[in-house]
Amino acid sequence: MYAFDIERPATVAEAAAALGNEDAQALGGGQTLIPTLKQRLASPEKLVSLTGVAEMQGITSNGGTLTIGGAVTHADVAGDGSYKALSELASNIGDPAVRNRGTIGGSLANNDPSACYPAAALASGATIVTNTREIAADDYFVGLFETALDEGEIITAVKFPIPQKANYQKFLQPASRFALVGVFVAVTADGVRVAVTGASNEGVHRWTAAEDALSANFSADALDGLSVSADDLIADLHGSAEYRAHLVAVMTKRAVAAAS
Amino acid sequence: MTKVSMTINGKQVSGDVEGRTLLASFLREDQRLTGTHIGCDTSQCGACVVHVDGKAVKSCTMFAIEADGAQVATIEGQAAEDGTLNAIQAAFQEHHGLQCGFCTPGMVMSAAALLKENPKPSASEVREYLEGNICRCTGYHNIVKSIMAASGQDVSAIAAE
Ligand SMILES: Cc1cc2nc3c(=O)[nH]c(=O)nc-3n(C[C@H](O)[C@H](O)[C@H](O)COP(=O)(O)OP(=O)(O)OC[C@H]3O[C@@H](n4cnc5c(N)ncnc54)[C@H](O)[C@@H]3O)c2cc1C
Ligand code: FES
Ligand code: FES
Repeated sequence: MYAFDIERPATVAEAAAALGNEDAQALGGGQTLIPTLKQRLASPEKLVSLTGVAEMQGITSNGGTLTIGGAVTHADVAGDGSYKALSELASNIGDPAVRNRGTIGGSLANNDPSACYPAAALASGATIVTNTREIAADDYFVGLFETALDEGEIITAVKFPIPQKANYQKFLQPASRFALVGVFVAVTADGVRVAVTGASNEGVHRWTAAEDALSANFSADALDGLSVSADDLIADLHGSAEYRAHLVAVMTKRAVAAAS
Repeated sequence: MTKVSMTINGKQVSGDVEGRTLLASFLREDQRLTGTHIGCDTSQCGACVVHVDGKAVKSCTMFAIEADGAQVATIEGQAAEDGTLNAIQAAFQEHHGLQCGFCTPGMVMSAAALLKENPKPSASEVREYLEGNICRCTGYHNIVKSIMAASGQDVSAIAAE
């Protein structure tokens, strides 16, 4: 690692001020950033640790909306249970030690194309709350490791409208413990939403053909005959684009069958 | 350099660290607590697992500064003062839960975290909890058996392998 300083602010305002400096970078749980720094793929002069910011901790449920602080760990979301499909998703991220440090804000800011939380946020129609604004999930995920966040912008919370039914199915890539393909299905008041992670070179995305079919008839059979094009899907040593396209349909069916 | 203070295995310590100093390096190089092992340094193997404020974390993927003011527990604090092994360590010895021993500090610390959360886990719960702890020698079977035994469960029906 190159050398850097670490600041540990206590408030969002202090953190935002510290991140105003061009060469500063936010540090969440460090489960992605620290390996990146070790590879010298990033060279910030200052890391601003967000885990001590009290405003970014805590989970509250209010009128059907679950609000999770940006620095809440995967373990705490797993233990919450008020949005069952989301807690189950969190309980299957990485391993216990990763879940004790990694945060929801860090996962959404990173937007790894194989990460789990982006699928939950997009399928649930969540709102990403930052220190300056609120961003709808549909506008937030821009592409591979790319989001609508500006330089130095901090995810302070994520608001999830709790769906009527939901489920996440992750086909595990056992070496990385990320999703080879993951599908999150949510039945909301405005219809069914289906978000796919792990599959596309563009990162997390919605599968609208499946959404239409499932909004008309919420059963795994409604997906019979629907398939995903392998064009633009990720192809690597873990699976070809065609294999991933096949998995998207299989995982979607499983998620529909398991939704509760 | 920044001064950090923390409690390690019940003892108050402090030291000067750089921003980039990992908790694992602070424990091993500054505190000379070399029981915490670094197997991969890439957050994959779990040999470096310690407890920070009661939670299992990979000390190779956390900065020492982030543990300022925390309660840290390492493998060195698991046995009693006089060297008597705790129940998990004794079970690893009894049930052959280690071969080369490199992964063992992380295994024991993860097991301790598991048994605190779930005092009577099933074999599959043990395996699931150890997902982030890699062993190149044992094939895991006797590690799982040791942890089941440490939790006070009868392991006589689990064949030795
Ligand atoms: C072994 C292993 C297995 C894993 N398995 C999975 C898995 O199965 N599924 C999965 O989804 N993930 C997995 N992960 C990734 C894990 O979930 C990370 O915790 C997560 O991607 C990043 O969160 P973090 O809090 O650790 O962020 P950090 O690593 O601290 O930061 C990541 C990025 O986000 C920025 N950032 C952090 N917090 C904020 C914030 N609040 N606002 C704005 N920017 C911020 C940082 O500047 C950095 O660019 C795994 C990681 C490891 C090491
Ligand atoms: S040395 Fe920390 S996980 Fe391998
Ligand atoms: S006993 Fe050798 S790595 Fe586990």
